[in-house]
Amino acid sequence: MLLIRYKGVRSILRRYLVTNGFDGALTMLGLMSGFYAAGDVSPGVAVSASLGAAIALFVSGTTSAYLSESAERQRELHELEQALLTQLDQSDQAQAARAIPYLVALVNGFSPLIISLFIIAPVWLAASGLALPVSPFLLAIVAALTAIFSLGVYLGTISETNWLWAGARALLVAGLTFGVIFLLS
Amino acid sequence: MANIKKLVLDILKPHQPNALEFASRLAELGVSYKVNLTVAEMDEKTETTVVVIEGNNLDYEEIQAAVQEMGGSIHSIDEVEVQGTGEA
Repeated sequence: MLLIRYKGVRSILRRYLVTNGFDGALTMLGLMSGFYAAGDVSPGVAVSASLGAAIALFVSGTTSAYLSESAERQRELHELEQALLTQLDQSDQAQAARAIPYLVALVNGFSPLIISLFIIAPVWLAASGLALPVSPFLLAIVAALTAIFSLGVYLGTISETNWLWAGARALLVAGLTFGVIFLLS
Repeated sequence: MANIKKLVLDILKPHQPNALEFASRLAELGVSYKVNLTVAEMDEKTETTVVVIEGNNLDYEEIQAAVQEMGGSIHSIDEVEVQGTGEA
């Protein structure tokens, strides 16, 4: 795609995907750990609370990324116009400045939403009446750790470093979060 | 209207698209278009280029529009070669 080639958008999209995806996974890990530690939370209540958080992450991710990226792109375009001493309204650069914030906003919004839905899935299944062999919250915690590990592995692949170490490092952060929540509960 | 065979343009353009993409897009405007681009000067955000376009029946309006779409601006037409058609 022309826009992506022009503005080095791929790296920005990757950054937003991982940053907010990580936010989503850790938020859900925190919630699920809390529910698990509390012991007597019904899956229905947990699904409502988690979905609320996931939607809030989606809205916050979408709007914050759009506003910040849009301002950044407009500033860059304005600086380029000043350097070229011309209006760039009809140029590819202006089109990119208008379109890229939407693309970034979508990635930044959907990344935590999709990861959150993946983590909530076991609790939602339990709330729907499916009998699970272990606590749905425990399964959700495993799902969260899997998502966090995968994001770490993805980062390792991008930076061309050891993927296992990159995944383990992300898991370490998740482990710390999990530990603190259990200590406080 | 006279047949434009050659244009030498002084164009100020941003770094992106790069020289190869910029010249290629201009060359794609016509089957006979041959483009030579030389970067004469470069600064932080822009580059001054000398673009030589040769071909049969060059369409200046179209070339100007393509340059603008890529964020460039034509500063001057430094050389032209035209051939009369005898229609006047």
